[in-house]
Amino acid sequence: MTWYAILGAIEQGSVYGLMVLGVYLTFRVLDFPDLTVDGSLPLGAAVSSVAITAGVNPFVSLFFALGAGFLAGMITGILNTKLKILHLLASILTMIALYSINIRIMGRPNLTLLGKPTVLDSLTGLGVPAYLAAPALFGAISIVAVAALIWFLHTELGQATLATGDNPQMITSLGVNTDMVVIMGVGLSNALVALCGALVAQNQGAADVNMGVGTIVAGLASVIIGETLFGKGGVTRPIIAALIGSIAYRLAIAFALDFRVGELAVSPSDLNLITAVIVVLALTSPQIKGKLARK
Amino acid sequence: MLNLQNIVKYFHKGGANEVLALNDLSLDIRQGDFITVIGSNGAGKTTMLNCMAGCFFPDSGTIALNDQDITGLPEFRRAKFLGRVFQDPLLGTSASLTIEQNLALADKRGQRRGFGLGVKKKDRDRFCELLKQLGLGLEDRLQACVKLLSGGQRQALTMLMATMVRPEVLLLDEHTAALDPKTGAQILELTQRIVETQRLTTLMVTHNMNQAIKLGNRLIMLHRGRVILDIAGEEKKNLSVENLLERFYSLGGADELSDRMLLS
Ligand SMILES: Nc1ncnc2c1ncn2[C@@H]1O[C@H](COP(=O)(O)OP(=O)(O)OP(=O)(O)O)[C@@H](O)[C@H]1O
Ligand SMILES: [Mg+2]
Repeated sequence: MTWYAILGAIEQGSVYGLMVLGVYLTFRVLDFPDLTVDGSLPLGAAVSSVAITAGVNPFVSLFFALGAGFLAGMITGILNTKLKILHLLASILTMIALYSINIRIMGRPNLTLLGKPTVLDSLTGLGVPAYLAAPALFGAISIVAVAALIWFLHTELGQATLATGDNPQMITSLGVNTDMVVIMGVGLSNALVALCGALVAQNQGAADVNMGVGTIVAGLASVIIGETLFGKGGVTRPIIAALIGSIAYRLAIAFALDFRVGELAVSPSDLNLITAVIVVLALTSPQIKGKLARK
Repeated sequence: MLNLQNIVKYFHKGGANEVLALNDLSLDIRQGDFITVIGSNGAGKTTMLNCMAGCFFPDSGTIALNDQDITGLPEFRRAKFLGRVFQDPLLGTSASLTIEQNLALADKRGQRRGFGLGVKKKDRDRFCELLKQLGLGLEDRLQACVKLLSGGQRQALTMLMATMVRPEVLLLDEHTAALDPKTGAQILELTQRIVETQRLTTLMVTHNMNQAIKLGNRLIMLHRGRVILDIAGEEKKNLSVENLLERFYSLGGADELSDRMLLS
């Protein structure tokens, strides 16, 4: 693998790391399997792209994306807690609805940002070469997000959020409105995912309604790889692990794309299959290990 | 102080397996009461406590606290004045958080939570003092994950968490039943100590008749969703198990009496 590929993996790992943090927040902290992300990633991309096209500053457009993602997550949370729809189904409903909404927002299935200003201009304008600008900026943003999430989970509200995922009966009897925590938590998660989508769109120069397909699986794979490499336990460690897992996952993908046996090469469209297999293996590996040990 | 008036609660109302769990139940809990609650399996003891705590709302009837109607108040809002300890030692604490994080969560019971630090340095000494009372050495393990504790240790911690902000009413639902006899006795002793020193109004469900007679100033027996016996004061002091069983038989509950209750 070339240095260029490694740099690319860091860039992708950092920017998608924001999404992985969101998935960690729902899947692990709130114990809420949330498929909304497949729709909120393109939502962030769409909102940011439309805003930039309308002349909004690219950085300001990120806040629009954050807000839109938060709303989308809140809707999933409300469907689940107030309307009592099973969490998985609630999130699928929002995801499906977002497909239509995203096309409405863009006015068409995709929107190009060619020739438009992006957040990367702030660095390339200073003379930073483009291949360094993206990993540097996205790396910085994801580190800030990691720090912010670590801080949040140590606050009174953050601790109540952790307890809500862990033992809702207990935290209710201590006076916390768990419905509210779930709605806000899923909102926060999808805000991060939408921010990720906005940055991805600006980086690749286009937003596409289908760019979110497989987001949840990539997110899960990253979370699980992070846990495997870096361990679980505590509040701080797993969050750092999620970001590291995201980078490791993108490295693995880059490696897979290099892989070639004679005529047979891995194509980018194979990645969802590969990722799904990785998740299945990772989810079942403790059982597999156990079985091998017993024999 | 806490007043239940003609509470009716069905489960699966109208369905094939409809259960009338609380049947026109009325109970007036007075300030400073320590009430022990007995009754056979399925009598409605847990349902009554859950109703007080607001886990669900009664189909009819009213619940009032200090003459204020709280029938429609959701569970998390009632937490302000209720402390609870459950039968399952796993239910009262958050396993993946540390001892001090759990205590800090309980320290904010019924208050607004914001963006301040969850566990503050200045709280640690106070937590240590509280934990010392338990005599389990937990004061040296503030940063240990709660999932590493035994059931008895977790129940002791839950007792502390339920009472560190003084509750107006403490609800205990067979909170020693899942523990071995020795640990159960320790938790019971701790319960007595806390209730006495803080003069807490308490409701304690138990299957142990001796316990029910020995502890508290008032004893009630539930049967098929209503209070069939309510004994207080001198009369309660002079109760014996035989005497209690006799009164139960004469009220026509013999066939319902569970083995578990006879044996304990
Ligand atoms: N969530 C529920 N759904 C359906 N039925 C329930 C539910 N909770 C309790 N019941 C029923 O209501 C009745 C009263 O149950 P409850 O748990 O209050 O009894 P209990 O007195 O606490 O008994 P035990 O001594 O076994 O704990 C029982 O018939 C029970 O099956
Ligand atoms: Mg019960």
